[in-house]
Amino acid sequence: MSFVVPKESFNGKVLSVDFGAGDKSLVIGGDSALPFLAFEGEIPNKPVIAHEIQDCAPDDWPETVRNEYKDVSGDPVTWAKHCQDQLNAKAIALRLVSTHPDRGDRSAEEASQTIKDVLAAVNIPLIILGSNHIEKDASVLVSAAEAASGQNCVIGKAQEGNYKTIVAAALAHNHKLIAMSELDINLAKQLNILITQMGFDKEKLITDPMCSALGYGLEYTYSVMERIRLAGLAQNDPTMQPPIFGDVGMYVWKVKETVAEENEVPDWGTLAERGVAWETLTATSMILSGTNLLVMRHPRAIENIEKTVDELV
Amino acid sequence: MALTGVQIFKLLPKTNCKKCGFPTCLAFAMKLAQGGADISACPDVSEEAKATLGEASAPPIRSFNLGTGDKAVKMGAETVMFRHEKKFVNPCAVAVNVKDTDDNLAATAEAVAQSEIDRVGQKLRVDAISIECASGDSATYEAAVKSVAEKAPDAALILNCKDAAAVEAAVKAVADRKPLINGATDENAEAMAAIAKAHACPLVASADGLEALSTLTEKIKGFGVEDIVLDSGAKSAKEIIEHNTQIRRAALKKSFKPLGYPVINNVIRDDSILEASIASVAIAKYASIVVISSIEKWKTLALFTQRQNIYTDPQVPMQVEQKIYEIGEPTADSPFMITTNFSLTYFIVSGEVENSKVPSFLAVMDCEGLSVLTAWAAGKFTAAKIAAFIQESGIADKISTKELILPGQVAILSGALEDKLEGWKITVGPREANAIPTYLKGRA
Ligand code: B12
Ligand code: SF4
Repeated sequence: MSFVVPKESFNGKVLSVDFGAGDKSLVIGGDSALPFLAFEGEIPNKPVIAHEIQDCAPDDWPETVRNEYKDVSGDPVTWAKHCQDQLNAKAIALRLVSTHPDRGDRSAEEASQTIKDVLAAVNIPLIILGSNHIEKDASVLVSAAEAASGQNCVIGKAQEGNYKTIVAAALAHNHKLIAMSELDINLAKQLNILITQMGFDKEKLITDPMCSALGYGLEYTYSVMERIRLAGLAQNDPTMQPPIFGDVGMYVWKVKETVAEENEVPDWGTLAERGVAWETLTATSMILSGTNLLVMRHPRAIENIEKTVDELV
Repeated sequence: MALTGVQIFKLLPKTNCKKCGFPTCLAFAMKLAQGGADISACPDVSEEAKATLGEASAPPIRSFNLGTGDKAVKMGAETVMFRHEKKFVNPCAVAVNVKDTDDNLAATAEAVAQSEIDRVGQKLRVDAISIECASGDSATYEAAVKSVAEKAPDAALILNCKDAAAVEAAVKAVADRKPLINGATDENAEAMAAIAKAHACPLVASADGLEALSTLTEKIKGFGVEDIVLDSGAKSAKEIIEHNTQIRRAALKKSFKPLGYPVINNVIRDDSILEASIASVAIAKYASIVVISSIEKWKTLALFTQRQNIYTDPQVPMQVEQKIYEIGEPTADSPFMITTNFSLTYFIVSGEVENSKVPSFLAVMDCEGLSVLTAWAAGKFTAAKIAAFIQESGIADKISTKELILPGQVAILSGALEDKLEGWKITVGPREANAIPTYLKGRA
């Protein structure tokens, strides 16, 4: 019996989406094979990691990751420039945390100004994320889309409860859009259908089936992502072909393993490495299951994931 | 792959003698194909036919143990490519590599012996130690293997050595531990297979690429060794995911026997966090043993957790028994709290209650293994259901004040619960479990 490479070829293809303007713009997706199986299809673009920053000081981030940015995080522009110039970030994800009613309730206008300032200061692509407050995001992200008009940003997240205004704004100002649903392949599909029915091009869409941290539901995210990929590739389901988004840092940097002091949990080893490893392994699992665009926090975790990706392609 | 009834029929004596209890050989063959009969029921079948049938009904990925005793790790026997199809059954063993020239050898072995941690009710540990023959000297190697075996009495042993003479001596010293010999290459296959066979130890076949590897496993099998572990020479993460995928596909989809064995991956890197990341690639993508170079606690915790996530049953969340748990030695005045029976929820919450050192009652309600918010959203953790559970539990007789502490995330239930649980006071606790110690101490 001699060995023959067992290859699978698919009719479907992950859509490729570009974002950013100018020579630093990026492309994700385009795969005609399952993640990193380049022996049987094309994988033209690597997963991209965006560095997460926010529009107010990261008081709710645990110390291990907050300290990494302590000299720059007082101001989003300084923070963004630091990521671009010192950390060689490929993209920035700006989260408009302070627009949340419980986190300062800043207005859509204030958020727009922050976006303009950040856009003026950096030339790498920008992902603009709301505060994940359904009603507030419905207005904040509309202004955000306008403030970033012409910059080909990624805007998110549009959810079942607020997608209409956000989709319209992304359409009007020519941005890419993240559609987020909650860990259910059918919900993800349904939201993509609703959005494209509004005339939004599926080639401009990015799916967020909801991330979760290692040890806290990771297996659900992992399998939903694998199933989305298979539906897009093997069943050639066009509503399941947008690239996938993973909001890694936000879920990781609140679980106990990234926060608990060593004296509290002596069996868990050093906190500094534990947090970085937690974010790294969460992200590794995500890229293996199909994530094309990740948002992460700790510079060392990002470095390790970029190295992992380089080894994988 | 399973044979069809007609294929099996061709192997039978075709005398229709009925001794098997079936009217014809064909009827017996059909039943065999469905798995409803055993070949031994036919007294006249040839040995050759028995062997063919046995081969055909063997699982596509051979299964056997790494190590001995109750800490032995079962490998192989996987049946699917993706975890959503069906549970991945035998979690990847984590092995640490030590060199026989390393002064810290004994210390590492001791660390392995003490590596066990408890996560979500499962006891997890570094499963194996791979002892590498870096000295090139048989006596040094044998001494190192003995010392490791002694210091880590429960760990599985992997003899990482290509020198047959050195392996022979070391195997003899620890034969009762059934070490995995890592091992065989095209050059030394015969000698290594002879040692493995003599001591009934499993053997790693190492080759460069899958074609060479297939030839090598056939050769080793020809020497009489059945328990083989595959090392395709994969080094980069790309090779690991590609080789491992091809191996599993060949075994499952093409019934390609020469690759129907568990896989070992070496992921050693200079940077320990990067090494953990590459190890997690191997764990998610089909390795049965992953070899790393160091076992810092943060690292094994992260790897064990990822492995646990990948290997949970996708259909059934991990859950604990519904009952009122007593934490510490609660008395009639102790606080009484409720949560759901999702393992993760239960272990996080009970852990924090323990941390508080405040003896407590914790009611764990069967919500089909869903977390608090998920169970609430799914209509399984509702005021009516909670009230019925509390009333039936008999807790009212054990506590002096009828007060129930709810998880903060379902504060919304408190009004309806006060209506349904007459005479009870409903208190809303913190949203996150890590606030429980401060909260409970504050009440005391
Ligand atoms: C994994 C997950 C699932 C998994 C199920 C996992 C499981 N076994 O429960 C799946 C994919 C099946 C799922 C399904 C659904 N889910 Co869901 N799911 C999650 C997710 C991502 C994590 C849940 C989790 O595991 N948490 C970890 C555990 C440990 O948390 P916990 O049980 O709440 O315990 C914590 C606290 O409550 C507290 N605590 C617990 N007990 C106690 C007790 C006391 C006394 C105190 C003081 C504290 C305390 O301590 C713990 C640690 O801090 C969350 C979002 C998120 N990131 O939280 C959504 C989430 C819970 N799901 C949600 C929803 C809506 C659903 C669905 C209804 C939707 C759907 N997609 O169909 C279904 C319902 C399920 C069904 N019909 O069978 C929503 C709930 C929204 C809401 N506010 O009602 C959430 C919040 C997502 C969201 N952002 O909208 N889900
Ligand atoms: S006992 Fe064997 S030979 Fe006789 S009928 Fe059954 S299968 Fe045929």
